[in-house]
Amino acid sequence: MIIHGTRLAIEKRLIPSSSAFIVIPFISIFLALLVGSVFLYFSGHEPAAVYLKMFKGAFGSRYGITETVVKAIPLTILGLGVALAFRMQLWNIGGEGQLYMGAFAATWVALTFPAGSAWWVMPAMILLGMLAGGLWALLTAVPRALWGVNEIITTLMLNYVAIFWVDYLVYGPWKDPAGFNFPLTAVFSEAATLPGLFDSRIHAGLFFGVAAAVILYMVIYHTRWGYEIRVTGENPAAARYAGMNTTRNILLVMMLSGALCGLAGMCEVSGIGHRLQHGLSPGYGYTAIIVAWLSRLNPFAVIPVAILFGGLQVGGFMVQTSGIPSSMVYMLQGLLLFFVLGGELLTGYRLTRLPAAGEAIK
Amino acid sequence: MNTNTDIIIAILATAVTGGTPILYAALGEILAERAGVLNLGVEGMMLVGAVSGFIMALHMSNPWAGLLMAMLAGGAMALIHAFLTITLKANQVVSGLALTLFGTGLAGYIGKSYVGVRLQDSFRAVPIPVLSDIPVIGPVLFSHDPLVYLAYFVVPALWFLVFRTRAGLNLRAVGENPAAADSVGISVFRTRYLYVILGGMLAGIGGAYLSLHYVPVWVENMTAGRGWIAVALVIFATWNPANAIWGAYLFGGLDALGLRLQTLNVTVSPYFLKMLPYIFTVLVLILVTRRNMLHRIGSPKALGIPYDREER
Repeated sequence: MIIHGTRLAIEKRLIPSSSAFIVIPFISIFLALLVGSVFLYFSGHEPAAVYLKMFKGAFGSRYGITETVVKAIPLTILGLGVALAFRMQLWNIGGEGQLYMGAFAATWVALTFPAGSAWWVMPAMILLGMLAGGLWALLTAVPRALWGVNEIITTLMLNYVAIFWVDYLVYGPWKDPAGFNFPLTAVFSEAATLPGLFDSRIHAGLFFGVAAAVILYMVIYHTRWGYEIRVTGENPAAARYAGMNTTRNILLVMMLSGALCGLAGMCEVSGIGHRLQHGLSPGYGYTAIIVAWLSRLNPFAVIPVAILFGGLQVGGFMVQTSGIPSSMVYMLQGLLLFFVLGGELLTGYRLTRLPAAGEAIK
Repeated sequence: MNTNTDIIIAILATAVTGGTPILYAALGEILAERAGVLNLGVEGMMLVGAVSGFIMALHMSNPWAGLLMAMLAGGAMALIHAFLTITLKANQVVSGLALTLFGTGLAGYIGKSYVGVRLQDSFRAVPIPVLSDIPVIGPVLFSHDPLVYLAYFVVPALWFLVFRTRAGLNLRAVGENPAAADSVGISVFRTRYLYVILGGMLAGIGGAYLSLHYVPVWVENMTAGRGWIAVALVIFATWNPANAIWGAYLFGGLDALGLRLQTLNVTVSPYFLKMLPYIFTVLVLILVTRRNMLHRIGSPKALGIPYDREER
């Protein structure tokens, strides 16, 4: 495509630009903040001061940094789960609901065996939390695999169901009798609590996130099954032609994706709340979608992006005292994704100079 | 016996009002998808429509001004999606998700200082003379606010547009086979932009219906998934505006039934009743997808695929 009035043209790159992969996220962050500052300005705030306060709040103190990591743990685990499904063009946007179901199952273990300082309580919580998240995702994966039922809608609808289910429990049968009528369960025993790290709210879930990233990287890039997932995602027809079992892979990938989201829920109740409560997640499952896309579905990239978004969450919390609603964070996240999507065009194309009239084409 | 009929009539009447916001949003999404553009930003467009319409109606003391504002806001939101997916050829699923996340955040941000404010000049019920006196049908269909009546006209008008006009033929051609449409001189870009923006305006009306009549206050996330139910409804309606109306009232009826059961002090926990519309949507979607498969009814062929002239 020739740009009118110039000797420049946009042409398709055969191999996407690799430097653009690195540069685009940073430009996108800058542009998202710039547009966000317009909204801040017109609602009577000083944008630069707000952003500075957010940055300092998230990264400027020991407390800020540890809180950022606390938020980055569920975002990493969820981001990995969601990214795995996205690889296969399975749009799992039910991370939020799978997180709640994981938290529910883990809480069931913790409440059923309260006095138990038994060693198996923690592994059982992890296992059942992952199983619950996986099965919740399987509810949508089966109709998707068998009849092509749109998983975007079904996974999202089940988010509402899962949240109401947890609300039912914490407002009803599981409500802590000693909890002054607040919607939360009794506190977990020592055996059901993930150990804390660095004398802060950071907990052992950190290791789950890192381990999951390493394992997923190995699986996706260095196993036959990972190869099948990548091929199916990029070219479903080719995958079928090569004899890959797409139905089975859809079920497995969605199960694994849901299991990771369930693990994130288990970490939140066992590592942070030490109980199940209403409003367990401030929309981590939705933020994870952006984390996954921004990291270009690469498991290792998920970790730094999750830290960035954890920081955004903490920074947003810090400026709430200045009267800035928490919804600003979600607005910025949406803007960021717009710019990243727009920027992807640049990775696939490049600007070239056309030869002038009479100039030999080399 | 008399009270029982009264309850049934009340539920049916609430089914119509409860279904109306979903109906407008679904009609909008039908237009966009008919043009080949999947827009998952319905929830976000509805929320922005709801909040901007509410603020405008409040300041102008006029719900019609609010409605106009909601349409403009919904259209502006859709324009973002149109630019990203049509001009820049971005992934439609991800762009739509981004629009919903952005819209949810933006609506919460601009609506923060309006939470809990009650709108005095909301849309009120205007029973239609004579028609509203018909037993059962009168109270169910003809004792509502102007936006419900407007929908009675919009549905057949859109059906006519899509299936009986030249413009509708062009629209369907662009959604089914953009390369062929392009080769006979239909502008794929212009058509897609037009219907995606129109779709956003209709989603804006759907959102405004909640904040200007149904509730009528601004509550954060007040759409509560209705935008997503509307996306599901498009498949239920097999991309036909005329079918959308039944589906929308069916979903509205379920909502109404849940609310009614809560007031009747039934022993079922209200949390389970609140789950109903979402579980119902999943089940209906499964049944409808299977039915469509059996009858070989599919989505518009080019749905979700960016049109690139150079790859023609």
